[in-house]
Amino acid sequence: MAVKNPPQKAQPEPSKQPELDKQPEPGLITSPVFLDASSLVIPTLTQLQADGELCPGAAVAPMSPELATKIYTDMLYTRLLDERMVGAQRQGRLSFYLTCTGEEASVAGTIAAFQADDMVMAQYREQLALRYRGFTTEQFMNQLFSNVEDLGKGRQMPVHYGCRELNFMTISSPLATQIPQAAGYAYGQKLAGNNTCTLCYFGEGAASEGDFHAGLNMAAVLKCPVVFVARNNGYAISTPSCEQFAGNGIASRGVGYGIKTIRVDGNDILAVYSAAVEARKIAVEQQQPVLIETMSYRLGAHSTSDDPTGYRSREEEQQWRENDPISRMKNWLVKQNWWDEEREEALKAEFRQEILAQVKLSEKLPKPALSELITDVYQTPPAHLLEQLEALENHVAKYPDHYPKLGPAHNQSQEGAK
Amino acid sequence: MNAPLKSQGNSNSISNAPVSEAKAMTTTKMNLLQAVNSALDTAMMANPRVVCLGEDIGKFGGVFRATSNLQEKHGVLRCFNTPLTEQGIAGFAIGLAAQGSVAVAEIQFADYIFPAFDQIVNEAAKFRYRSGDQFDCGGLTIRTPYGGGIDGGLYHSQSPEAYFCHTPGLKVVMPSNPYQAKGLLLAAIRDPDPVIFFEPKAIYRASTGEVPEQDYELPLGVADVVQQGTDITLLGWGAQMIQLNKAAELAANEGISCEVIDLCTLLPWDRQTVADSVRKTGRLVISHEAPLTGGFAGEIAATIQEQCFLSLEAPIARVAGLDTPFPLAQEKHYLADYLKIVEAIRATTSY
Repeated sequence: MAVKNPPQKAQPEPSKQPELDKQPEPGLITSPVFLDASSLVIPTLTQLQADGELCPGAAVAPMSPELATKIYTDMLYTRLLDERMVGAQRQGRLSFYLTCTGEEASVAGTIAAFQADDMVMAQYREQLALRYRGFTTEQFMNQLFSNVEDLGKGRQMPVHYGCRELNFMTISSPLATQIPQAAGYAYGQKLAGNNTCTLCYFGEGAASEGDFHAGLNMAAVLKCPVVFVARNNGYAISTPSCEQFAGNGIASRGVGYGIKTIRVDGNDILAVYSAAVEARKIAVEQQQPVLIETMSYRLGAHSTSDDPTGYRSREEEQQWRENDPISRMKNWLVKQNWWDEEREEALKAEFRQEILAQVKLSEKLPKPALSELITDVYQTPPAHLLEQLEALENHVAKYPDHYPKLGPAHNQSQEGAK
Repeated sequence: MNAPLKSQGNSNSISNAPVSEAKAMTTTKMNLLQAVNSALDTAMMANPRVVCLGEDIGKFGGVFRATSNLQEKHGVLRCFNTPLTEQGIAGFAIGLAAQGSVAVAEIQFADYIFPAFDQIVNEAAKFRYRSGDQFDCGGLTIRTPYGGGIDGGLYHSQSPEAYFCHTPGLKVVMPSNPYQAKGLLLAAIRDPDPVIFFEPKAIYRASTGEVPEQDYELPLGVADVVQQGTDITLLGWGAQMIQLNKAAELAANEGISCEVIDLCTLLPWDRQTVADSVRKTGRLVISHEAPLTGGFAGEIAATIQEQCFLSLEAPIARVAGLDTPFPLAQEKHYLADYLKIVEAIRATTSY
């Protein structure tokens, strides 16, 4: 099924894979024989076929109708949110946007396997995980329009969400920095002994950063209960994965670090979920990291500032469109009699209306006050920042028409802020 | 061993210490390393969430022995070796602090802090701000030995404090003696913002003094006027205080009365204390080991000329390293030593 992704080798039964922690003593050889990227055969877990039938023998993690429809409707919501917000950006109402399109199963299948008190440290394409935990349309829009109600106080570009209440760490633009942080966060959870873990997302491009190697190695050596999810979506902006690495995907590196690793079909919601349920169990019960590589495809552009027609073919995109994770899950749900077209259309209309109405509200709210410029740099603003703010306020008062209008100076409007 | 607390360094020093409290404490003579070790031990005893991590800091106790016996005493989970990756150590410690633990990370030499630069500057420093105060890593302290004078050449001698002073969100602290090292490190560990704590490794063992055995803190952002004077203000931090005190003694022999100030915290720095002093003396010499251009003395000089313009009797002088990599064979020539400071004092007072 993989297109433009690392070569998929013949796939032995997962049970025949050698146990990573029980490797035999390396044998001796008497003439030089070199290992290479193909020396490690990495199977891909797949459980659900495109027509909605289970693969023969698929050991699927139990998923109730309620959970399945929640996962599905959150995937649907995210698809629509992304479509609407790309549209809003094209209309000039929003400066920037990044979609999850094509990778919904990779995110939904993983987040659904975790508990609400597990920490999520994501890259920036995982808004579905927030939606799953209950982030509201209003909260999305307030961040996207950096208005006075944004939990992040209007400080970051669109999609850099964060929500303490939902245990979703604020997104940071620098790639892979969350990976060693996730290892450290998970180590703290281990010390706290509260049976929680950390779920850390990143892309195959970010896995080229030094922080990836540092983070995975530290997590392995220090036995941190963290589940790393490498979304291998084929592209880092315009760079295809074949120009990103020469090895056997990201999964082979997990093995190299001594981390329990699995590669899954990232467009197969059941395979992703089954893998994630086991991964969380290993992380929490055995207090050690796990790496999941989800093989998928970024159906959309990297961001609204990107145009993929310059670096990939429509044929390639079309192939992957036919492998859409949402329609695959829908086919399965319909076969279970848990879903139907009528509900789908009604829900889509409801989501579209809700998103559009909220855009209109959130884009009109004022921006955070000028005084918020200096809060939270430190817990308490030091003297030099207070002086700098005063000087700026005096300057702005002198040229009131030159600078955009901001909201009034009162700080405690943000729900969820400490 | 035990003696009542005396102020450090010069006999007529005025300390910023909470003296009334400190006086009641029993003290022990310690060197700067032992004071750091005592601070870490004290912090770990007082709060079970304090965790120390870094290269070789476990059983071995660190290449300088700053973490001696901590693993033995507090367990391997709370004092442990990390793989050899500074960016990993910083990132890991940030995550640990964000989780609510108190992370005290050691970077073995300040020269090796640069792989962690992104984590420190883009992550630690902005963690609270970018989240709208939903998350913070205020429990983070990064300790690192800095400075020359140990025949360390390019990569075991640097003073990179100015890079970090240019980063809003960080606090930068540089103690100059054992009493400060313990009090400031305990304050840094408990401070609600991330702190980079530069330890003057050249005087790790050479600098000794009476240090309270108990728990005490010295306030961050407060300079210490170690000697009062009337003719000129000498300002520095860390190991440079030895050079400044020696220069002040030589100047006194020539009838020049120096007011000596130890800045202690570079970010945020105590502008008030320095400006008050310069308004009184009319002259200022600042010294640091780091290269001249872009060094923190430049920032101080700019602020002081702004605040004390009409009081200044002479240009503010900077005594610093040359704008070269840190040398090996010419180390003694390169360093901002007391003779160079004395020359600057003479030039400034006779301007």
